[in-house]
Amino acid sequence: MMMEKEFTLPSPGHSLSPNVNEPEVSTAAKPVSIKRTRRREILLAYACLAPSLLIFGLFLFYPLLKSVYLSLFLTDPQGRVAEFVGFDNFREILASDMFYTSFGNTLLFIVLTVPTGMAAAILLAALTHNKLKGMKIFRFIFSLPMAVSVGTGSMIWMILYHPTLGILNYFLTLLGTQPVQWLTDPKWAMISVALMTVWMNLGFNYILMLSGMQGVSEDIYDSTKIDGSGPLRTFFRITMPLISPTLFFTSVVSVIGAFQAFGQINILTKGGPMNSTNVMVFNIYQDAFVNFRFGIGSAQALILFAIILLLTVFQFKFVEKKVHYQ
Amino acid sequence: MNMRLMPKSFIYIALLLGSLAVLFPLLYTLSTSLMSEAESAVYPPPLLPEAVNLSNFAKVIDTIPVLTFIGNSLVVSIAIMLGQIVTASLAAYAFAFLRFPGKTLLFSLFLATMMIPWEVIMIPNYLTVKNLNWLDTYQGLIIPFLATAFGTFLLRQTFLQLPKELFEAARVDGCGHVRVFLSMVLPLSIPGIATLGVYSFLNNWNMYLWPLLTTNRVEMRTVQIGIGMLQFEEMNSWNLILSGVLLLLLPSLLLLALGLKPLVRGITAGALKG
Repeated sequence: MMMEKEFTLPSPGHSLSPNVNEPEVSTAAKPVSIKRTRRREILLAYACLAPSLLIFGLFLFYPLLKSVYLSLFLTDPQGRVAEFVGFDNFREILASDMFYTSFGNTLLFIVLTVPTGMAAAILLAALTHNKLKGMKIFRFIFSLPMAVSVGTGSMIWMILYHPTLGILNYFLTLLGTQPVQWLTDPKWAMISVALMTVWMNLGFNYILMLSGMQGVSEDIYDSTKIDGSGPLRTFFRITMPLISPTLFFTSVVSVIGAFQAFGQINILTKGGPMNSTNVMVFNIYQDAFVNFRFGIGSAQALILFAIILLLTVFQFKFVEKKVHYQ
Repeated sequence: MNMRLMPKSFIYIALLLGSLAVLFPLLYTLSTSLMSEAESAVYPPPLLPEAVNLSNFAKVIDTIPVLTFIGNSLVVSIAIMLGQIVTASLAAYAFAFLRFPGKTLLFSLFLATMMIPWEVIMIPNYLTVKNLNWLDTYQGLIIPFLATAFGTFLLRQTFLQLPKELFEAARVDGCGHVRVFLSMVLPLSIPGIATLGVYSFLNNWNMYLWPLLTTNRVEMRTVQIGIGMLQFEEMNSWNLILSGVLLLLLPSLLLLALGLKPLVRGITAGALKG
């Protein structure tokens, strides 16, 4: 995985301790004090890690185990374990139509948001990756959606999507097209939520793409220019392969992010109309926090985890082979 | 794309069209938030207000406790941001500069935490916070997020890029780890720390599901959840809803304006280049 590639552990040479080069032990002049320094360094290291480990332990590792535990039980509305049911929760989920509906909706949401979101970000990053005047302003504009959160963004788009008075339908009538029931027509609801999501994610995707392009050396462009390569050819043959690590990173992050989309759906459609936007996380939320079926909710969350994990492993195994690391 | 080979006018036209598409929802928000109620209800919708009308903002503040929401979000986001900087920089120092047994194992453990999706641990975390009686409290909103693997990696990467000779010299001169950390490593890593700060602040400011689950009292709601109240209270006055949206957007817009540069640079340096 890409992160691992660069976050490999430092060689002992990185250590600041004065006794990096082991021979001190043989000098035997002050073995006690060296041992003490060594012990103090170890203590210090654990003390430095303690706060992070404490939080991870309480709010990551423990709940992960607890999720597995809960998924095997029925719970009362307080979240107290009522009855051991083994894998019945999983069986019930896999036998319910709602699970497959929400899974299908999630896949549709990914297909609608990830490629379009990345394409838009690449295009804008490519346009602003040059040394013309005013680029700073354009870069700021294209990063702006990053400051827009899911709560505020959803409110804005809810008004834009208003079926009779909304400005998007007004534009459509200007173009001579029929108005669209953006959020209330089952055919359109997912597309509308996806469109809003692409806009909201644009800022972060754009920053990632721009960073990637800025990492490519200028010399490469200069030499292609001398070779007489046109802009499109240069883009597809040179830029795209060189930023492929960024593209890969963005695709992984986007897919995982799309699996976890919740806020815009809760605000804009509440999973409707006719469950057309009921994605997996929304379904988990409904089961656990509306119907208080924590066992079923935990089991679903674990299934979601397994799907994300499989997909990420797949991305690393097959897609990353095509990635060009410099 | 090697845009230098294209005519400048073409690039600028494309950029203007792109900006218009990206900015339109925000410009519409700004414009409508300045309209009077009558104006915002007209069809076809006017694009610009007749006169600049700032009374909406006062009205929103009267209708829903916008300032309380902003205050809550600020307290939570700043506390998490500072906490993450402290925990991540300490852990990053240990991983970058200290030798101790179990380092590889602990580092892999940190890496693994990035793979755990929030949804999986959300239900037990909710139950934990509920059992601790932390629903509707700041600690319930803050403490679960005080440590971050991503931040630890980012800062470790920053620390490793600092000139080693400097610290070795300091150590030889008898300068302890604590002093090296506080008076050399931290000040030299300010760009990386700023990146983590901006990233973490924006992320936590935008948090939705956790505050939705753990807060019920209006006084404890954060911006993202509070904004929904406008929808119910003033459903027909778009000018009011969008004024509220704009008020709630301002802090993060301001931070992005200040923090964009370190953010772009930090992501390049820390997270993507191998």
